[in-house]
Amino acid sequence: MNFKLKVWRQKDRHSRGKLVDYDAPDIPAQASLLEMLDIVNERLVLGGHNPIAFDSDCREGICGTCSLTVNGEAHGPDHPGAVCELYMRKFRDGETIIVEPFRVKSFPVIKDLVVDRSALDRIVQAGGFISARAGSAPEANSIPIPKHDVDLSMEAAACIGCGACAAACPNASVMLFTAAKVSHLALLPQGEPERTKRVVAMVRAMDAEGFGNCTNTYECEAVCPAEISASFIAKLNREYSKATLRRSAGE
Amino acid sequence: MIGNFDARVPSGPLDRKWTSHKDHSRLVSPNNRRKFEIIVVGSGLAGGSAVATLGELGYRVRCFCYQDSPRRAHSIAAQGGINAAKNYQNDGDSIYRLFYDTIKGGDFRSREANVYRLAEVSSNIIDQCVAQGVPFAREYGGLLANRSFGGAQVSRTFYARGQTGQQLLLGCYQALCRQIAAGTVQMFPQTEMLDIVVVDGHAKGIVTRNLRTGKIDNVAADAVVLATGGYGNVFYLSTNARGCNVTATYRAYKKGALFANPCFTQIHPTCIPHSGDYQSKLTLMSESLRNDGRVWVPKQKEDCNKAPNEIPEADRDYYLERKYPSYGNLAPRDISSRAAKEVCDEGRGVGPGGRGVYLDFADAIKRVGEQTIRERYGNLFEVYEKITGENAYHVPMRIYPAVHYTMGGLWVDYNLMSNIPGLFVIGEANFSDHGANRLGASALMQGLADGYFVLPYTLPNYLAGQMGKRPSTDHAEFKKADNDVRAKIDNLLKINGKRSLDSIHRELGTLLWDKCGMARNKNGLEEALRKIPELRERFWREVRVPGDGEDFNQSLERAGRVADFLEFAELMCLDALARNESCGAHFREEHQTPEGEALRDDENFADVFAWEFQGNPATAGPKLYREALHFETVHLAQRSYK
Repeated sequence: MNFKLKVWRQKDRHSRGKLVDYDAPDIPAQASLLEMLDIVNERLVLGGHNPIAFDSDCREGICGTCSLTVNGEAHGPDHPGAVCELYMRKFRDGETIIVEPFRVKSFPVIKDLVVDRSALDRIVQAGGFISARAGSAPEANSIPIPKHDVDLSMEAAACIGCGACAAACPNASVMLFTAAKVSHLALLPQGEPERTKRVVAMVRAMDAEGFGNCTNTYECEAVCPAEISASFIAKLNREYSKATLRRSAGE
Repeated sequence: MIGNFDARVPSGPLDRKWTSHKDHSRLVSPNNRRKFEIIVVGSGLAGGSAVATLGELGYRVRCFCYQDSPRRAHSIAAQGGINAAKNYQNDGDSIYRLFYDTIKGGDFRSREANVYRLAEVSSNIIDQCVAQGVPFAREYGGLLANRSFGGAQVSRTFYARGQTGQQLLLGCYQALCRQIAAGTVQMFPQTEMLDIVVVDGHAKGIVTRNLRTGKIDNVAADAVVLATGGYGNVFYLSTNARGCNVTATYRAYKKGALFANPCFTQIHPTCIPHSGDYQSKLTLMSESLRNDGRVWVPKQKEDCNKAPNEIPEADRDYYLERKYPSYGNLAPRDISSRAAKEVCDEGRGVGPGGRGVYLDFADAIKRVGEQTIRERYGNLFEVYEKITGENAYHVPMRIYPAVHYTMGGLWVDYNLMSNIPGLFVIGEANFSDHGANRLGASALMQGLADGYFVLPYTLPNYLAGQMGKRPSTDHAEFKKADNDVRAKIDNLLKINGKRSLDSIHRELGTLLWDKCGMARNKNGLEEALRKIPELRERFWREVRVPGDGEDFNQSLERAGRVADFLEFAELMCLDALARNESCGAHFREEHQTPEGEALRDDENFADVFAWEFQGNPATAGPKLYREALHFETVHLAQRSYK
């Protein structure tokens, strides 16, 4: 197959970037979009040019490293799935494909298509954990957990931390990411002791990183490779309201 | 040799060794722990759990990973599950059985004491993970669920859908994040270790490169822990993430650490078949699928091009069930992989190029319904459909073996310390627990065992004698390592040839897959040993590495890793040639039973092979040390899964 590409090139965080045109002829239909970029890069290097920088690692949709906006959609048009799971047979022969980084102010561009998502780590550091020292854990079956609760918790825990939710959101809100972690832990009895503290700290960290707020556009849910439901955002709001009420009541 | 080559296995009965070892190990008191700096390279299950635990204990820890976040380490991709001897199923499991299955699965090429300890702490891991909030699958009564895995006749595998590695890693990552917030751990993402620094015979630091800025840094510490995973990407195509590499362990080897059993590489039987040269990686389909999927090929070559549903039951060869009736489709990985190769070599493979076998769910769907299969493996079926465009609920999956895991790694003693004092190696990066073949769901178990429950006891034993011995980075050894690292980068950037990195790496991978893959023989290995140095020479003459060193330069990162693979490949083939027997995943065609199974030679090869670097491989081959394996408890038997 043959494609025309418009790819975002940007030297570093402080330089201005622009879309650059490339031809991508003779691309196998079974190749993934990232493999297509590998082929383009190999040709660029042999032609004496600098290759396009882009992030990826596992290339099977689980590590959350890849982070491209393709034709205006975070992770491209084949939902659900990370962009590493996007295959060229999904495009028309001869199509022009626009490849950009995730565009979020809190994810500054490092180079070309690579962005800095350390803000997500800092939100988890604020409280996205259960304090459980190795050595002090009780017997695993000592607290039965209803299957329904653990299944729902798992649905939230499946988040791959890619940040597509923020990239797709008109407000650059990362609430789906935060909601997934808060819900995963709040749905388990083990998460109970730190439940109030956790949600308040994580929401504050999220705001401090400069992400916007949710206005229910559901773009996040539409692009989420892990199919995290936006209803977890409702849960996050509930958890947050309860926590702040409790706090103001002096609990 | 730096340090010494003593396994330090404690004396006493097998089931008392670990307890008595802990009782007699030296400790570091709480107010002294903050005086020690520890470097951990890698943030996967082994590294992440070690960092979180050491931080919690009060040590000052610096953790380095090449990914942009510690949560992205490749442990995240493990699908199927984690073993533990809980015996929740009341089906006869025990610590001894998990130990025995693991040592037998490894074809009797691992240390009894290490494996027993692994089985012993396995239950604690599940407790720890549940306490952290890992959402393991549960039954309706709210208790934990299990599934079966290859090489076992009990159900002892805990799982979280097909994303067990992800959930376990997020557990570690969250514990790690908590320590970062608490100030005990400093995290250095997008930072690669390029050398270790040995001062007066002890590992006391590393040289790193910040991948974002290109800045080279020297870091001193009281001990260095490598948790950098396996070297499967030496084959170019594997199920490993693109960034997985041998650089940290190989450069430690070049500094004097012994490399053990490098030829023990696991080829996983259930991967999506290879489809073309453009392909950048292979994708695993979890072994858990073999609980419900039946593996078959047509009995007749002529049927291979027919649609699978047009081939009647009587014309199908369910070859695993036929050859290994008591384990059937759950035969261990090495055996299942070779059986797939064998039927494909006979011309009975299916799909493009005839390199594939069917994994069929039709019977299971008939038995338990499509909905149940969807609940068990839904995400795997989706991945399969994404890649191949086929719906495996209606047509059987096509699978073929692919490189997946490496049992070999840096040699370590019972304390997980390499021969270089102060250099600890944990998880897949060491060689210790899986012998010549790893059983499914045991990698996650080993990574977490090492990080949560072994290293936190054995590291203090070393540190207790090291108070105040941390050198400054002004030490001459740091200067030397720093210069070497810079020189290597300059050399790579200077080549300016006309070939791409991938084309050379791919050529290396094809050579290894053919000569040092699922089956090996003397002639093939000798041929590979002739060709690898030639290829290496061509690399240093012909490759093109664009850009410069003071920048975010992904080509340069990869070039350094490929250069190391090109040296390491030779060590792997040398090891495969020297091990003149078959065992586990190492199948030397010269040594097989009449039925075509691996034929061990316990008299001559019940050893660990540990190699010492002797300088330029072109002029001096590595020196071989052999650690004899003593089996005090198990009886060495021909492995049979019939």
